[in-house]
Amino acid sequence: MTATGVGPELIRLTDVEAGYGHDTVLHSVNLHIHEDQFTGIVGPSGSGKTTLLRLLLGIVKPFSGTIDAQPGLRTAYVPQLETVNWDFPITVEECVLMAGSSPRDERRIWPWASKPEKARAMHVLERLGIDSLADRQIRQLSGGQQQRMFLARALYRQPQLLLLDEPTSGVDVSTRHDVLHLLAELHEDGVAIVLTTHDLNGMAAHLPHLVCVNHRIIADGPVEDVIRPEVLEQTFGARMEVLEHLGMRVVVDERPEHVMRAKV
Amino acid sequence: MESILEPLGYTFFLKGLLVAGLSGALLGFIGVYIVLRGMSYIGHGLSHSIFGGFAAVQLFAAQFYILGAGLWGIASALAINTVTKRSRLGADAAIGVITTASFALGVALFARFGSSGPSFENALFGSILGISTEQIIGLVVVSLVAVAFVFLRYRALLFSTFDPDVADVSGVRVSRVEAQLMIVLALSILATLTVIGVTLVAAMLVIPAVVARMLTDSFGRMLAWSTAVGTFSGLVGMYVSYYAEVPSGTMIVLVGAAIFLVVFAFAGTARRRRSAGLDSHVEPVPAPTVAR
Repeated sequence: MTATGVGPELIRLTDVEAGYGHDTVLHSVNLHIHEDQFTGIVGPSGSGKTTLLRLLLGIVKPFSGTIDAQPGLRTAYVPQLETVNWDFPITVEECVLMAGSSPRDERRIWPWASKPEKARAMHVLERLGIDSLADRQIRQLSGGQQQRMFLARALYRQPQLLLLDEPTSGVDVSTRHDVLHLLAELHEDGVAIVLTTHDLNGMAAHLPHLVCVNHRIIADGPVEDVIRPEVLEQTFGARMEVLEHLGMRVVVDERPEHVMRAKV
Repeated sequence: MESILEPLGYTFFLKGLLVAGLSGALLGFIGVYIVLRGMSYIGHGLSHSIFGGFAAVQLFAAQFYILGAGLWGIASALAINTVTKRSRLGADAAIGVITTASFALGVALFARFGSSGPSFENALFGSILGISTEQIIGLVVVSLVAVAFVFLRYRALLFSTFDPDVADVSGVRVSRVEAQLMIVLALSILATLTVIGVTLVAAMLVIPAVVARMLTDSFGRMLAWSTAVGTFSGLVGMYVSYYAEVPSGTMIVLVGAAIFLVVFAFAGTARRRRSAGLDSHVEPVPAPTVAR
């Protein structure tokens, strides 16, 4: 994976405060997203990592501070699997084709997809290895296949920046590996990627760049600067040990005192 | 055979048949979006709200009552849409308050100033008597508007129904599409209210769409099936109501409900058979995690 933090800037957050209603979830956030970035946003539940993602998406507006995005930036979003109704009567192909719904694409009058559009949809499905499932109703997919379909829908838009919310929650180990590989490939192809995760060992430790969040940005940098006991304690509010294994950082929970005593 | 043809000799029945068939089709068509959005309750509330509008406007400007009730309906639809978005307020309760209050107002005004009796009952349960040519034209126009809307905004509408968050960040103007759908819904209810009746309109928004959902897994085919089931219920229900001498809305809804029962019984077994042949349905397994 290439270096991060260089190359043209896509989005810049300056002194952003954000939240919902009267609750401020994020304080004084400064963050730059560059063209060649592959970033994991790490933090415990309720720490504001999803809010940060939603700020980048433009769904949440900041209370104060500024968000500057490159004009005409093409962003695509992969939500968590449980956010949609999988019993919805659409096929995999129909779902991917939905992504061509912006006014730019709406010059066509007919509701049905054109040949080039279908070819493009099949192309992304092939790339993700689920082209044989194009005619399946979406409930008939496994968790990993559903994740791939969401990725296909996102890629259909040929994004510069891909944002994913917990892409590996609720999927099995092999799917997690698949997703990581796919994302690494996309990153090689020049797509900037930002994802949220609470999975330190399965996900975060494999990424080139991490941002730790707990209502403010605790740390922002490469894995070796961020996966450290003092940073993790500040982020998660619990002591954790960091081990080195085959060149990878592995985080283990520090056993609480009383458990250790019981063992001894 | 003769008994089927006999009522066709009356112009009022022909008009009724046309309006019932078209009403069923229109509500079946729009109902797909309402059901898939989990908004069946809004359809119910809206019809009651429009009834209040009918009654209220009739007092001030009788000749414009359709226009007035239409505006009243659109206003309530948009209000409901706004309330639903701010779901922290408890959308269901808020809808219940707005629309039932509007309905109560209608009933009170009707009872005090209107000619209660048969016309009151007709408004509640539907009637084929007194369908004017203007009403037929209105229904045709609303149907054309609904079809044009769905046709032109097909993907944006589908996307914002399936996954509004992602649609929003993909360049779909979700709130605008939703507001437009609410307006089309209000107009559809207004145009079909006379035949199907205030209390029964919601059923015709829901039943055909639910039947269609059981018959297919494709969105396009669901639209077609739902429209067909709605049309069939409208036509057959109108015939049955003529012979049974009961309000038309009741029979239209009962025919729809009968179709539902039949399809439920058969689609159930067919679906079980179909899903038994599936091999790759794997439940997601939570990934092991270290950190909390």
